[in-house]
This record gives sequence, structure tokens and C-alpha cells, in this order.
Amino acid sequence: MRDLSLHVLDIVENSIAAGAKNIKIIINENIEKDVLTLTIQDNGKGIDKKTLDKVIDPFYSTKKIRRIGLGLSMLAQATKEADGSFNIESQKGKGTAITATFVYSHIDRKPIGDMAETLITLVATQGLNVDFIYEHHKNSHGFIFDTKSIKQELKDLPLNDPEVINHLRRNLNEELEKL
Amino acid sequence: MRKLKIGDLEKIREKVRRTANLRQGKARAKITVHMGTCGIAAGARDILSTLLKEIGKKKLKDIIVTTSGCAGLCSREPMATVEITGKPPVKYVDLTAEKIKKILNIHIIKGNIINDYVLAIGSERTH
Repeated sequence: MRDLSLHVLDIVENSIAAGAKNIKIIINENIEKDVLTLTIQDNGKGIDKKTLDKVIDPFYSTKKIRRIGLGLSMLAQATKEADGSFNIESQKGKGTAITATFVYSHIDRKPIGDMAETLITLVATQGLNVDFIYEHHKNSHGFIFDTKSIKQELKDLPLNDPEVINHLRRNLNEELEKL
Repeated sequence: MRKLKIGDLEKIREKVRRTANLRQGKARAKITVHMGTCGIAAGARDILSTLLKEIGKKKLKDIIVTTSGCAGLCSREPMATVEITGKPPVKYVDLTAEKIKKILNIHIIKGNIINDYVLAIGSERTH
């Protein structure tokens, strides 16, 4: 994966495959402390304890549990390359939370990439069935993108209408530029 | 913290009203972009976003764009499956932004399959 936004897309696709209806993505760029934190939380079916121990092993994969593949191990590897950490917590039936940290200024830290395009991809294809919350903090600035409240604003307009998607893409890009 | 508002809502509402809305239920075609780890690493997001932008430009309201997991042919990613109502699904492989634009214009809009990009025609199962 060339950047973190692609890792996010990949992990969130896991959440959707696990039946999640609410997915929260948080990116925190703390330049003062030189830490970049990525958190993804879902309310999918969760992973049992036995499987959880193996999920970042790239050679652990089973067709019965398609939720786990190379995706998590590649993100874990990306954190390692940038002197960061990787943590996954899960409760069967409740959901999964993944936290990845990176040394912000590390030369091998992957760029964040195009988060607007990742969110638009998710909203356009899954937004009618899944609610997404995206928080992006950079030092003391930040914004929240919450599809549940956008849906309320839209009322009868479907979230995946091409006009709405174009508008959301523009809005997200503007917000990200302001950071 | 500041919440992103959609703003300009009335303008969008008006635009959407002007173009007949067939999106809910009455789709003419469905395009599934394969978004497994392999697909994403090979550029599936760019394929999907090209598709969304073109659909937006052409104001096509009766096309569903969705995603699926890995179909087991990672070396042929990015892949997409096109289903036109009443026709067997067509699986396209080794996609680029240019190829998906052509698929949209020639297959989905005009109904002619682009054989050069096709892997298979017929039913599929994704995991």
C-alpha cells in the first residue's frame, strides 16, 4: 500500500465484511509530540481471542475467516517501519478497534494520502447501509465528518446520489486543506 | 469540534430533482469493483473514483456502484464485474482509469462488451 488512506480503506472493508453498521475512523496528527495515530473502531462481529493472537501473522489466513488476510499485517508492518506501534482489541459480538501509531517525522512513515477519496469510496458504495464517522485532528484544529448527521440534513436525498457525492468530495477536500 | 455540514443543500436538492431519480430500486446496471487488499494495492480505489466522477459528469442515475472482496485472482487486479439487468455478469481484469471509462461508455451505456479486457462472462462467486 502506497499510503495510509489505502490501508484505511482496506481495514474498513474488513469491518464491513464483519457486518459493522457503525465505523469510526480517527486520524490524529500531533506534530508537537511527533506522533501520528490512526484509530478504526467498528461494531462488527468481532474476533475471538484465539484468532486475535494470529491476525498480524501474514501467513495466517483461513478461508473460513475471510476477515483476516494480509491487510492487518501490512498495516502492522507499516507502523514498525516508522518506529510506531500496532494494537488490536476485539470482543466477539461487540466489535473491533485497531490503533496504529507512527513517529510523525520518521523518514519511513507512509504519507496519509488521499483520505477524501477513501471516504468517498466508502460513502458512495456502502453509505446507505453503514454509518461512518471520520475525525481528523491536526494539533488544535480538526473536523468531524458524520454520515448519520449528513443523512439527516439530506432528508429524502440519497447519500450516494452523484451530485451529493461530488459535493461531499469538494467539502472534504476543502476541510482537509484547511488543516 | 466543527462538524462538516453539507451546506448548499437546496441547490443540490434542485439539481437532483431535475434529473429523474432512479437510484432507489430501479438500477439498470451494477458495477462491482473488487476491493480486497490485493485490489486496493493494485489501484482499485482509483478505478472506483474514476467511475464515480464519470457517472457524476454524465449524470447517470440508474447505475449502482458497489465493492466486493478478493475474488481469488489477485494477479489480475484491479478487477470489476459489470452486471446489466437481464444479462450475464462480465468480469473485467487488469483495469486502468482509461479502461474503466471505456467500459462505462461502451459496455454500460451502449451495451457492447469490450472483449479485449474481459476475463470471463457468466456467474461468479466472491468470498
